[in-house]
Amino acid sequence: MLTAMRYASPTTVAEAVDLLGSDPDARVYAGATDLIPQIRAGRPEPTVMVDLKRIERLCAISSNGSTYTVGAATPTADICADAGLTAAFPGLVEASGLIGSDQIQSRSSWGGNLANASPAADTPPSLIVNEARAVIAGPGGERTVPAAEVATGPGATSLGPGEIIVEFELDQPPARTADAYLRLIPRTEMDIAVVGAAARVTLDADGNVAAAAVALGAVAPTVVRVPDAEAALIGNEPAGDALAAVQAAASAATNPIDDKRGTVAYRRQVAGVLARRAVSMAAERAREQGGQS
Amino acid sequence: MSRVHVTCTINGDPIEFLCDGGQTLLDALRDEVGLTGAKEGCGTGDCGACSIVMDGRLLCSCLALAPEADGTTISTVEGLASGDDLHPLQQCFLEGAALQCGVCTPGFLVAAKALLDRNPDPTETEIRYGLAGNLCRCTGYDKIVRAVQTAAQTINES
Repeated sequence: MLTAMRYASPTTVAEAVDLLGSDPDARVYAGATDLIPQIRAGRPEPTVMVDLKRIERLCAISSNGSTYTVGAATPTADICADAGLTAAFPGLVEASGLIGSDQIQSRSSWGGNLANASPAADTPPSLIVNEARAVIAGPGGERTVPAAEVATGPGATSLGPGEIIVEFELDQPPARTADAYLRLIPRTEMDIAVVGAAARVTLDADGNVAAAAVALGAVAPTVVRVPDAEAALIGNEPAGDALAAVQAAASAATNPIDDKRGTVAYRRQVAGVLARRAVSMAAERAREQGGQS
Repeated sequence: MSRVHVTCTINGDPIEFLCDGGQTLLDALRDEVGLTGAKEGCGTGDCGACSIVMDGRLLCSCLALAPEADGTTISTVEGLASGDDLHPLQQCFLEGAALQCGVCTPGFLVAAKALLDRNPDPTETEIRYGLAGNLCRCTGYDKIVRAVQTAAQTINES
């Protein structure tokens, strides 16, 4: 199978963009962990498979002290092994580590996870609560957009013809800030989310919430932000009534489907519970951080 | 259509082969290079029977394209034994009956080798996570986990 396709391995972003721009049926890939199974399942074969992993910028992790830059094709195994990212974004790194087996971790990437645009993808909710920006290159040059604006529906993105995600930018979080990601799957490991919940919390010096972000995966066509949960937390201790409000707001924000992994009612209920727990966990981590500083 | 010329190192030997642009690395290893140890189970990265190590990374060769191998260093199950001397993992799988039909075994061995290279003294939980990308439909996993534990011990004592 797959024998009619050509293979290209550009070493620069410009070369990749040229390849894609000159052939609308070319497809980019990093790990191909979704693309090859999709082609096997009967999706039309691309004319050219454009491998992004030989472009240095797409596989690099760097930090200038205030912003982390992570190449869109960087294997999640490398992300999980990075001490700086793990300290700054523990929830995002945990979400990255949940994607598949060690074999898949060698190939899966944030860029692929986001551009594949599965509603159940694990890293987009965490990228979004951390206000990650996607640097996108295309025939018109480069543009930078919030990661939240890339996926527009199941399998659909805002990427234009010839555009690729080059890298992600993440600002170093302020003091007393941490994130968390929790997901429910039908078995204990190696499965696709029934619900995923990401939260990021910044505490003030008194331990009240100064800033909060909550985002849910697998409960709507795209990741859902929960502004009502965020509003309920601001100015309050992340406990008691505030957490109950987070749970109610998260359940209310969902627009899930019934499928073999869970019913609408189940997903709604679990989304609330996971959002509450993720907020608690993020707040606990933020407190521990405050204790250290 | 012109075929792609790939030069790489497999199990320590310099290898050249021709492949199609869309051929999977698994198919090229089996059909172009003649290394049939890696097996196709699912073809979608779920079962791990096609596990190999490329440039230090454990991966499913059914999810990689053959031309990606150009310039890389690959290890497959065929490189585990030294001549007639089985690798301790192979010996322990044999002695511990950690296989029945054997189709999944090459993948388990390669994944277990990658795990022990990274973590020479894994806990049972770490072994189960390290082998979570490999599926066995006959034996059940306990004998496989025990074989890896015994092999780790053997390697660490030698």
